Amino acid sequence: MAGTATAPRLPRQAAFRPRLGSALLSRGIVVTWLSVIVLIPIVALTLKAFSTGPIEFWDAVSSPQAVEAFRTTVLLSLIVTAINCVMGTAIAWVLVRDEFPGKGLLNATIDLPFALPTIVAGLTLIALYGNDSPFGIDIVRTPVAVVMALLFVTLPFVVRSVQPTLIELDKDMEEAAASLGAGNLTIFRRIIVPNLRPAILSGAALAFARAIGEFGSIVLLAGNVKIASVYIFAKIDSGDPEGAAAISVVLLLISVGILLLMGRFAKRGLPI
Amino acid sequence: MGIAVQNVNKTFGDFKALDDVTLDVPDGSLTALLGPSGSGKSTLLRLIAGLEEADSGTVLLNGEDVTHVSVQDRGIGFVFQHYAAFKHMTVRDNIAFGLTIRKTPKDQIRARVKELIRLVQLNGMAHRYPSQLSGGQRQRMALARALAAQPNLLLLDEPFGALDAKVRKELREWLRNLHEEVPVTTIFVTHDQEEAMDVAQQIVVMNQGKIEQVGEPKELYENPKTEFVMGFVGEVNRLGDALIRPHDLDLSLTPIEGGEEANVERVSHLGFEVRVELSLANGDHAWAQVTRKEDEELQLTEGVSVYARPSRARKFQGAEAQGDDGASAEELQVA
Repeated sequence: MAGTATAPRLPRQAAFRPRLGSALLSRGIVVTWLSVIVLIPIVALTLKAFSTGPIEFWDAVSSPQAVEAFRTTVLLSLIVTAINCVMGTAIAWVLVRDEFPGKGLLNATIDLPFALPTIVAGLTLIALYGNDSPFGIDIVRTPVAVVMALLFVTLPFVVRSVQPTLIELDKDMEEAAASLGAGNLTIFRRIIVPNLRPAILSGAALAFARAIGEFGSIVLLAGNVKIASVYIFAKIDSGDPEGAAAISVVLLLISVGILLLMGRFAKRGLPI
Repeated sequence: MGIAVQNVNKTFGDFKALDDVTLDVPDGSLTALLGPSGSGKSTLLRLIAGLEEADSGTVLLNGEDVTHVSVQDRGIGFVFQHYAAFKHMTVRDNIAFGLTIRKTPKDQIRARVKELIRLVQLNGMAHRYPSQLSGGQRQRMALARALAAQPNLLLLDEPFGALDAKVRKELREWLRNLHEEVPVTTIFVTHDQEEAMDVAQQIVVMNQGKIEQVGEPKELYENPKTEFVMGFVGEVNRLGDALIRPHDLDLSLTPIEGGEEANVERVSHLGFEVRVELSLANGDHAWAQVTRKEDEELQLTEGVSVYARPSRARKFQGAEAQGDDGASAEELQVA
């Protein structure tokens, strides 16, 4: 039996192609839909940002307040994303691999941050950790409070992204590693994490994108912490919609850049 | 290394997977655990590996009690039915895994991996990922991975079960040759009696969590101790309380002594073998396996009357009720 007896099976072969007419139709629907929902608003936003000219655009986005807002927002969002990667994976792990009473209930609470109006989340955090905190902790108007609010609203992303992958994860792989002498920590580090990495990173990317644009939960508790979305709101409030649009465009660019970077990182070193 | 399993019990919930199983596997042998699904063969293998723990009983490897030793410390190689390939690693890294985590020097790993890639005939595929290999190639990679750290014991759980018939046959032959080349004590689980007979030196037939019989392939076929073994390792006809292999049923067009009259219901030509389905006068159904030559002589067709006589038959008493200890087999020589 030669090693070349069987041709390698290549993944993702297009076995079935829909007829041309239906392909054009479905593509048309998708493009129209995306245009109406996403592309046209973004183009309008960009036009608005440049409506007063490139110099004004540059002034708006390079002012010291703007730069500080960008820096703080990106930094806090990255911190939140990193914490989510660890805690989200841990929560998904417990939900998939452990059996305990109340598991169904815990699983259901994961999505609550999506259901709650974000401003309510902000108010709740102020009530718990503000001036009148029943715990005697006053962290409102500090970056810590912002991070907590962002963690609240981004909780589901990594959990919900990792869960299905973990359920599908081939347990034989772990047993095989154990039979080859690998202890639990080695199995986790060398087998489980690499297989979950794409899922963790895709959840992280969503969490990051959400964190960088988050407004509702932090507007009331940010205080002097300069957050881009709050800064944009202040711009609109003070009658500078062009400046607000300019800041938004840069925020979008930062998001797109980091999402692309994460996408590349997720795929690196993986087959296919 | 020699294996001794003593009085082992294992239940999963209400299901008794292993019922007081005792087994000796000699050092350096190639043994098959054969049985239908749910017979406990995989559980027994996983218990020897340390992937399951027995409820009671002892597992000895080379005379040493390993009942409570973890799978990591038993020095075994395990091969899974569905390959259990590390999808995120190349063929090379898969094979090297056991050595890498033992912090073996890099040049030693490189040499060993090279040697194994040649042994399992995956030359030129070291940098491929499992998804780029065929099923047979993946299973050979899994074998190389299991052999890399020079285990004392090689355990294979339905290793060819997920492969198509042709590849399965090739790998069977290849496993036999491998065992000659690398004479490590090997146990494999299968539900395919032909596979067990073809590959193994010793076969352990299991049924409902118990061992029915242990023996060489020929021994099991010729002298089955229980009705279950007789039926599982080959085809059987039941005539009254006697069991007859289809090739032990002689057919004749003229009456013969001890022959029963039967009606040919159907004749199937399967190349060398011709199957003749018969209905007997008392309403029983049986089938005879005759050669092409015999078929040509007899000119059998549907509706023809023949006389069927077993040249060899077996009777089992109390096999169902009493289990293997109480069963007694009796060979009837008719001719």
